[in-house]
Amino acid sequence: MPSDFNIQYVAHLARLSLSPAEEEQFGAQLAGILGYIEKLKQLDVTGIEPTAHAVPLVNVFRPDFPQPSLSNEEALRNAPAKAGGLFIVPKIVE
Amino acid sequence: MLHQLTAWQLAAKLARREVSSRQAMQSCLDQIQRVDGQLHAFLSCDAADALAQADAADRALAAGPAVRPLLGVPIALKDVIAVRGQPLRCGSKILGNFISPYSATVVEKLQAAGAVVFGRLNMDEFAMGSSTENSAFGATRNPWDTTRIPGGSSGGSAAAVAADECLAALGSDTGGSIRQPAALCGCVGLKPTYGRVSRYGLVAFASSLDQIGSFTKDVRDAALLLRAISGPDPRDSTSIPQPVPDYAASLHGGIKGLKLGLAREYMIGGLDPQVSAAVQTAVAQLEKLGAQIVEVSLPHTDYAVAAYYIIATAEASANLARFDGIRYGARVDGADPIELYSKTRGAGFGPEVKRRIILGTYVLSSGYYDAYYLRAQKVRTLVRRDFLQAFEKVDAIVTPTTPTAAFRAGEKSGDPLQMYLSDIFTISCNLAGICGLSLPCGFTQNPKLPIGLQLLGKPLGEETILRLAHAYEQSTPWHLEKPPLK
Repeated sequence: MPSDFNIQYVAHLARLSLSPAEEEQFGAQLAGILGYIEKLKQLDVTGIEPTAHAVPLVNVFRPDFPQPSLSNEEALRNAPAKAGGLFIVPKIVE
Repeated sequence: MLHQLTAWQLAAKLARREVSSRQAMQSCLDQIQRVDGQLHAFLSCDAADALAQADAADRALAAGPAVRPLLGVPIALKDVIAVRGQPLRCGSKILGNFISPYSATVVEKLQAAGAVVFGRLNMDEFAMGSSTENSAFGATRNPWDTTRIPGGSSGGSAAAVAADECLAALGSDTGGSIRQPAALCGCVGLKPTYGRVSRYGLVAFASSLDQIGSFTKDVRDAALLLRAISGPDPRDSTSIPQPVPDYAASLHGGIKGLKLGLAREYMIGGLDPQVSAAVQTAVAQLEKLGAQIVEVSLPHTDYAVAAYYIIATAEASANLARFDGIRYGARVDGADPIELYSKTRGAGFGPEVKRRIILGTYVLSSGYYDAYYLRAQKVRTLVRRDFLQAFEKVDAIVTPTTPTAAFRAGEKSGDPLQMYLSDIFTISCNLAGICGLSLPCGFTQNPKLPIGLQLLGKPLGEETILRLAHAYEQSTPWHLEKPPLK
């Protein structure tokens, strides 16, 4: 496992708050998993193209015309906070 | 005992008006009442809605001859597939009391085929796990031995079908999440070729690996359900445009001359002797039925699990970014948006999901992308190439589905790497995008637990693996055995 693996930094990137106990437990478990993953470095992958999708379909188009979609009410139905037909979020700009 | 029938048997009885869909649905609800306290396969079940759908099916049956193949047949769903107006939680707390605003394409297709679509089946949170112990709502147990796990992540689907709580079920398979629980619970699990079935309305785990498939009591039902749910969908740009064959019609005709590959890399240490013996006996049976056994090589098998856990967690870390407490689900307030996101996600996700988000975020982070993610994608090319080369020589490949039968609850839950390594036989199929099926091929002794045989097929080779599976199944008694539930 790389010595610079910083679980607090990665958790911040993931916007995921972890308790100190979780940091310790996951850190140890991820060390084992990353150690196992290191085995990929044994393979020579020079000149091998990466596969992002197993079934290469490109330029998939459908006709572009208006279709029914969710109403404002339906789109907001599961919102944790809403008012006036909008999602309520914390203040972003002072 | 209508709940014990296969889907095709019930459909035939309904079409002859010998029984009603309401009777069949009630029979399933009674069985759930009887056994689900021991199993916890269902997270919820809207009985009134299910019976109303059954009544509608009965009216359609009364109105004229049944032309819809699943008319009146109760089919249950893993809690990761959206049904308009029904709860969807993915086995997670983070979705709160989410109600789906629309239905998945597979649900619309099942309903168009006449099925009564009901229930929310338990699963590992966001389909991350191999035992259904990672559900935020409590674990599911194996109907063959309730001290053991049913497999995962679609453990609820497998247990419900094995225990006759429904006629069939749908699940999703990202690295084995249909085939592995099907093997451990003794039912037939089919993961179709990537793109065969639309993923619209399936909550995404790893978008390049996820595929919806079926849990059924026999192979013929798997063929029936695959035809019902397959096909191109303008709402999923990765769905394959090829027409959908009548899979059930091609089950017969025998398997004489079909070439079946045995991969030498799959004869690994750690394979339970009873599993190994059952698979060898099954291979001999397939040979007796006319298949020709050919040794093949899949040389990059040993790297598949490592590549998978980079690609799957990377995609998951991106897909699960949407669960941020803004538009749906539970929210934990914070002083600013970032604190709100972090607190919401910290409180809402369980440990396995957090581990995978951390791993996926790390392998995609600046400075590590090439070393991990890009390299894993190149290894994925090698794994896929192994299969395509093997399929130049053979029509299908046969393997055990799992290295062991169902393990005890709690046995591996403290060691995620050991849990990941139990997916060794199923993971490559998703990386390669091919199709795979697990069906019962025997039992261990003391305790008696199901063993699964896996058949891997070419891209869009479902007809061939279904035909092989059907020939094997019809010549063996395993699919007729029922778990000893009280």
